[in-house]
Amino acid sequence: MSVSEIFENMEYGPAPEDAAKVRDWLQTKKTGFGHFIGGKWVKNGDYFNSTNPANGDVLAQISTAGSTQVNAAVKAANTAYADWSKLAPHKRARVLYALARLIQKNSRFIAVLETLDNGKPIRETRDADIPLAARHFYYHAGWAQLLKTELSDQQSLGVVGQIIPWNFPFLMLSWKIAPALAAGNCVVLKPAEYTSLSALYFAELCIEAGVPAGVVNIITGKGETGSLIVNHPDVVKIAFTGSTPVGRLLREQTAGTGKKLTLELGGKSPFIVFEDADLDSAVEGLVDGIWFNQGEVCCAGSRLLVEEGIADKLIAKIKLRLGKFRLGDPLDKAIDMGAVADPVQLNRIKSMVAKGVADGATCWQPDIDIPADGCFYPPTLLCDVEPSNFVAREEIFGPVLTVTSFRNLADAVVVANNTRFGLACSIWSENINRALEVATQIKAGIVWVNGANMFDAACGFGGYRESGFGREGGIEGMYAYLKPKLDWNKDASALIAAAKPAKEQQNQTGVDQTPKMFVGGKQARPDGGGTLPVYDAQGQMIGRVGDGNRKDIRNAVEAAYKSSAGFAARTAYNRAQILYFMAENLDARAAEFAARLQQSTGATKAQANREVELSIARLFANAAWADKFDGLVHTPPSRNVALAVNEPLGVMGIICPDEMPLLSMVSLFAPVMAMGNCSVLIPSMRYPLLGTDLYSLLESSDVPAGAINIITGEREALAKVLAEHDQIDGLWYFGSKQGSKDAEVLSIGNLKRTWVNNGNSRDWVSSVTGEGRQFLRECTQVKNIWLPYGD
Amino acid sequence: MVAEIHRLDQQARNSKMTFDPSWVDEIRINLSAVERRIASHGARRSVKKQWQIAWLLKAVSVIDLTTLSGDDTPGRVRRLCAKARNPVRRDILESLGVPDMQLTTGAICVYHDMVEVAVEALRGSNIPVAAVSTGFPAGLSPFHLRLAEIKESVAAGAQEIDIVISRRHVLTANWQALYDEMCAFREACDDAHVKAILATGQLGSITKVAKASMVCMMAGADFIKTSTGMDGVNATLPVSLIMMRMIREYHQRTGYMVGFKPAGGVSSAKLALVYLMLIKEELGNDWLDPKFFRFGASSLLGDIERQLEHQATGRYSAANRHPIG
Repeated sequence: MSVSEIFENMEYGPAPEDAAKVRDWLQTKKTGFGHFIGGKWVKNGDYFNSTNPANGDVLAQISTAGSTQVNAAVKAANTAYADWSKLAPHKRARVLYALARLIQKNSRFIAVLETLDNGKPIRETRDADIPLAARHFYYHAGWAQLLKTELSDQQSLGVVGQIIPWNFPFLMLSWKIAPALAAGNCVVLKPAEYTSLSALYFAELCIEAGVPAGVVNIITGKGETGSLIVNHPDVVKIAFTGSTPVGRLLREQTAGTGKKLTLELGGKSPFIVFEDADLDSAVEGLVDGIWFNQGEVCCAGSRLLVEEGIADKLIAKIKLRLGKFRLGDPLDKAIDMGAVADPVQLNRIKSMVAKGVADGATCWQPDIDIPADGCFYPPTLLCDVEPSNFVAREEIFGPVLTVTSFRNLADAVVVANNTRFGLACSIWSENINRALEVATQIKAGIVWVNGANMFDAACGFGGYRESGFGREGGIEGMYAYLKPKLDWNKDASALIAAAKPAKEQQNQTGVDQTPKMFVGGKQARPDGGGTLPVYDAQGQMIGRVGDGNRKDIRNAVEAAYKSSAGFAARTAYNRAQILYFMAENLDARAAEFAARLQQSTGATKAQANREVELSIARLFANAAWADKFDGLVHTPPSRNVALAVNEPLGVMGIICPDEMPLLSMVSLFAPVMAMGNCSVLIPSMRYPLLGTDLYSLLESSDVPAGAINIITGEREALAKVLAEHDQIDGLWYFGSKQGSKDAEVLSIGNLKRTWVNNGNSRDWVSSVTGEGRQFLRECTQVKNIWLPYGD
Repeated sequence: MVAEIHRLDQQARNSKMTFDPSWVDEIRINLSAVERRIASHGARRSVKKQWQIAWLLKAVSVIDLTTLSGDDTPGRVRRLCAKARNPVRRDILESLGVPDMQLTTGAICVYHDMVEVAVEALRGSNIPVAAVSTGFPAGLSPFHLRLAEIKESVAAGAQEIDIVISRRHVLTANWQALYDEMCAFREACDDAHVKAILATGQLGSITKVAKASMVCMMAGADFIKTSTGMDGVNATLPVSLIMMRMIREYHQRTGYMVGFKPAGGVSSAKLALVYLMLIKEELGNDWLDPKFFRFGASSLLGDIERQLEHQATGRYSAANRHPIG
């Protein structure tokens, strides 16, 4: 095209980034990549192709690791762990700093490599992925340096298995490796099979940065390789980013092993636009949201919820904007969207859009040039999408936006939360009151006010609900790679063997007292109409309790759910007052509870009195914490504050152990309550009367109806119903080893948070292991609310 | 509130409409989001090779070559006019493959006293003369004198009048007063086109810039212009983006195309390209024309000339190789 022609038509023309250096590097690897194990390259053949999705060209040959390679990598990591975990914090900080600097020094190379391998625009790898990856290493170099003083009660885990997705290959690598190394762990990381190249290049940077051999191991392969890592007995933690179905599988595979697990999964994040929003900016927010990285972003704002009165106007603006979109060679610097990562993904997008249209959606795509070859899919608008439409519920993971209208703030919140997921949310309004009101009500781990897809290493990233658990970034992300120095006893004595009924049973004297269940603030008869005998230490029957069944659990969860929004909205001061009031009433009835302990457990009077005293103190401790477990205000590197708010999980199930039955029960329900959760509690099966004795204490202490519900009965049967219940957001199981495994396996239905004891006992007396931040973290989740400001 | 887009002749001149405060009240601007759009825009678009050449030539064609100095003389203005007629060395144009291009700048912009000299120097060139007016740059001279100044410049041959608005009307949100003032200026201009200088750096917030833009367009402005070039803060990309969006909104509501002129602060070829690309993205190719877009700049041309010579020869150029204006 001539200069004069362009002067008239004012078109852009090609602006390609030079890929020569990367192609030269790939040329040196043309015999195939090996695995990076113990600081050395190990080849085993069994190659598959890594291709450029923009044109189908084969870029390299990648090896599939089998059990030999996985075992070698874990062994190398374990060997390296001995020295690495004991290295002085500053020494580890230096290594992380060196990696950060090397990423910066090779940023353009990595960006080009990533674009070739993944198909995303060079603009995004250059301006987003790689700078953020460097930022994560910088940030975590800081945590490595501060570990001993700021996280002094924590210790590293060991060998960590990390499995990352294909949508942000290098960035996800940095999110995984940087905190793991900072905490003193060694890693075995497997990149996604479509996009292994930047991870293999990172291995070369590790050598240059002086990362000790074995600290970082990179092995390549497909799902089977991932399974080998997950199931390796010496891997103590799994960190996974990917799809929700695979997340479920990993939860199942790691259940009962004691392996720590963090999952960063899918989303169907709402993008809420109110009538008082800057609509042109909201359109650009969508460009940054759903049309970033071809929509292959777990936190993409894929559901546009727009206030009815401005819906037409906003849609017209979106269409105008998409008419200017440029699709094409991802290496072109003037491209808005590149290629979808793989033909499999492209076909998935196509079929999901077709399903959405079949469900009533109106599909609109701009009239723009789309390359004939390669995995390209245009930015797409699906209007008239009701919440019942397939595409309103399922993650498409492509550049497809659904549009649904709402009537007012309350309606917006209901529609936004009407999803199994809970990763992110964008809220657009020029009214800060409105925006923050919605932000607090949305069930999502990340909320952006008047923005989208803003990330920083200092701000935790991760989801609610089936979007997974655990956070990456921030101090909360560090906890995902650490464990308390004092935690469980390894004696498997949380449960006390059932007493054998004595042969001679005295008749009970006095009026019969058979406690019922405690549901919704009232005593309720067990659904099944049956009871279970309760024996003292000598086997004498001391009473009967209700034999709860699944319907009792159903009713209790229903009551807890009904109260949960209201209870969470109460002030922390109010919850503290309730806990103090309970302590006051327990103190007034100390003799009665001590007598019950003596009678039930055979404790001496002194032991029983002490347990009651400790329980009162524990209520005080949790009342104290109620208004002190504050969030943080982050200052990410932009004109922004990010409020990291600790929010309750919602409705929780608590299965209590038998050891110190009153103290352990109080230690469990009090923090759950202090943080604003409603709960369904199964008291010690051996000593259930301590649970039923609580009813009148709860009734006399202004505990709101439904805040705590107590069901007695067969522990394992009731625990399973709770573990499976999709309305339960978090489950604390303190019972047997098998019961712990069952709880984790059954939690996959809604991927609820779990905290289990694996049959181990705990020192409930100690304030280190019986109360405090660990308990509070286990019943809360961090929501980061990003608030850009300026006028 | 989106009115049916009137299918008016694209060339039809904006005419004033009845003041509708709701068009102002409903404006919402989020500064952080606007800044993010600008940061992203600069990285999203790029032109190379012959495309860059053509775009740089387009930039030259929309420059209002300006001299607004107390020591302007007829000789100085004639030199500037000569530059406007031949803004880029002919041998460079030849090497770039456009020897026959009738390239001129968009206009010459001067104070009233220099209008006649400029008109004379530009006779036969089709390059219009623009006069800054209405007590430029502060706009605080007696109102009747401001109207008289416009009329005298028009009488002297100025085809474009760059007026300054009363910033106090914006600061006190007296939109009716701003509308009335702008209507009076427009009427005084008669057939000359009027550019409304908002002095965006003095308006306090980007939302005020947006509102002032809308009011001036409702009152018949042919162009809205960022600044005098003499304020502490002159044209910026975020402010320009907002003004472009207001122009688009006004066009969608009325069918009239209003022009945009960033002034002051655009001095590099690279930045000029960013502006042109922003126009293309936000308003479309129709605005990439001197009828609807101008740069108010004095040093921009020099940088573009050096870039064009670099494109022609492959060597980096030097300032003294290009005739001064």
